[in-house]
Amino acid sequence: MSEVLVLIDHVAGSVRKPTFELLTIAKRLGSPSAVFIGSPEHVEGVVEQVREYGADKLYPIDDAGLRDYLVAPKAEALQQLAAGRDVAAILLPSSAENKEIAGRLAVKLQSGLITDAVDVAADGTTTQSVFAGGYSVTARVTKGTPIITVKPNSAAPEASPGSGIIEHVDVTISEGAKTAVVEKREPRQSTGRPELTEAAIVVSGGRGTNGDFAEVERLADALGAAVGASRAAVDSGWIPYAFQVGQTGKTVSPRLYVANGISGAIQHRAGMQTSKTIVAVNKDAEAPIFAIADFGVVGDLDTVLPALTAEVARRKG
Amino acid sequence: MNIVVCVKHVPDAGADRRFEADHTVDRVDVDGLLSELDEYAVEQALRIKESRDGDDAVVIALTVGPEQAVDAVRKALQMGADKAVHVLDDAVAGSDAIATSLVLAKAVEKLGPVDLVVGGLASTDAGMSVLPSMLAERLGLPQLTGASSVEASGGALRIERDTDTATEVVSATLPLVLSVTDRSGEARYPSFKGIMAAKKKPLDTWSLADIGVEADQVGLSAAWSTVTETVARPPRTAGEIVTDEDGSGAAALAEFLTAEKFI
Ligand SMILES: Cc1cc2nc3c(=O)[nH]c(=O)nc-3n(C[C@H](O)[C@H](O)[C@H](O)COP(=O)(O)OP(=O)(O)OC[C@H]3O[C@@H](n4cnc5c(N)ncnc54)[C@H](O)[C@@H]3O)c2cc1C
Repeated sequence: MSEVLVLIDHVAGSVRKPTFELLTIAKRLGSPSAVFIGSPEHVEGVVEQVREYGADKLYPIDDAGLRDYLVAPKAEALQQLAAGRDVAAILLPSSAENKEIAGRLAVKLQSGLITDAVDVAADGTTTQSVFAGGYSVTARVTKGTPIITVKPNSAAPEASPGSGIIEHVDVTISEGAKTAVVEKREPRQSTGRPELTEAAIVVSGGRGTNGDFAEVERLADALGAAVGASRAAVDSGWIPYAFQVGQTGKTVSPRLYVANGISGAIQHRAGMQTSKTIVAVNKDAEAPIFAIADFGVVGDLDTVLPALTAEVARRKG
Repeated sequence: MNIVVCVKHVPDAGADRRFEADHTVDRVDVDGLLSELDEYAVEQALRIKESRDGDDAVVIALTVGPEQAVDAVRKALQMGADKAVHVLDDAVAGSDAIATSLVLAKAVEKLGPVDLVVGGLASTDAGMSVLPSMLAERLGLPQLTGASSVEASGGALRIERDTDTATEVVSATLPLVLSVTDRSGEARYPSFKGIMAAKKKPLDTWSLADIGVEADQVGLSAAWSTVTETVARPPRTAGEIVTDEDGSGAAALAEFLTAEKFI
């Protein structure tokens, strides 16, 4: 059976959920081979995690010579890994960096590329959501080894252990790939809440919060949700950019999206319009967000939000 | 110093965007404009030029697309770019990102030697965010992508960028490919003077033959992926909207969330 390479998304060896989703998808296409670009000390822990979700192989690649440069070395490593192996497809979690790796890899391998798939069928047919969720597009790669980046929440991870054989590979990174030098890297502080792009529920705040994100966070915690924000809130310095939802922030597609004091500008909607259920609280009955909301409350956040949080907590008991 | 800024003409996101029968984006019968996110690329190209007084830096706006796409480079000229190139060829229609990157790379080579190629974060239609890195790959140049701020010093650039997990400072020496986000600095509006001046700036139209690309390397039939279906989703419709009175709003919303099993 052909191998399906899955690039592991991890933080210091702790594998993130989208990787398990990709392994589940990979099983439809062939034999999942996980690729770990990271520190050798994490390999043992990583293989345990990915085997559980079906990885038959793990290719560890020491990131010592890669991590201080942008994108290019990882694309070279994947190219060398794919060359000479019977590879049915290469799957990467859709992040900005991974899409760039995929782009370079597509040129290197002379292969077709599909980004931001929300589903991949056994025959390699992908589904994408485009034009801010206005259209659903099915497509397939017709040349080379299909390279597909897949959005979070595109499959339910299925635990079904694979053989998990570790196979060491040597990659050589060219000097030409080491030209964009990472001088400094400041990791983002973890909030302890679910990851924005992976969460089942997202509670967002906009300019209407007037800077009081504590109330938004309390509702998020009551619902077990991630916190998001509009660009107006980010630009005001109330919350870091990492939490921005929209065209130039994160695209989220949770089961429930709660928009608080967000008007619903087109650039914001581009990042949340495919949420299953949308609810909104806004004091302006004419706010465009209400046109796409399944349930809306016209009211002042100062009173509605605390009351809602209390009511959610009470009902959850 | 030669700075090329790659810009794309896209269907207006505020209007009705749709597909043609062959599943390509309808780019002809819809209102189009310079992709909003490319305005930031033009802005940074101009700022870098302006930071180099003394050396005669030139900003060249480059686009690939149908007739209307010329509006994208026109807008860049109005903002302050010095000249423009429009690669216009019937064979280009339906090209995927890979073919587009080939056309852009060949056009950049023809313009060469180029010190800096600048692009936006993503197009507002396809939104793949892969073109700058594909260009870097094809041109064999370093990539500084997703910049939220840009600092030029001598023959090098240093950017700040946000990834999913960290904030990074990345640097490289020219020549290189740069892409910038909407956080890199507000894009200027064309002034009246700029609009008038743009009319006299050189604007070249190149065919594929001019840049040495074969017609069978691009277009829908040469694409390395194929779209089999495009289905319009029913637009979202407004649900129940209640007005809060003395706490009734929160209670009604909690009731809704319970009925939908979120609580
Ligand atoms: C190139 C570009 C990219 C962009 N990308 C993004 C993006 O990725 N994400 C994004 O979000 N935006 C983006 N924007 C900005 C977008 O156009 C809007 O400006 C932004 O989304 C507005 O944020 P907001 O809804 O919080 O603020 P506003 O539009 O100011 O809305 C605030 C809302 O809060 C309500 N309100 C005020 N006070 C209260 C109260 N006490 N109680 C209840 N409601 C109240 C108001 O009625 C109003 O509807 C982008 C813009 C550009 C040009």
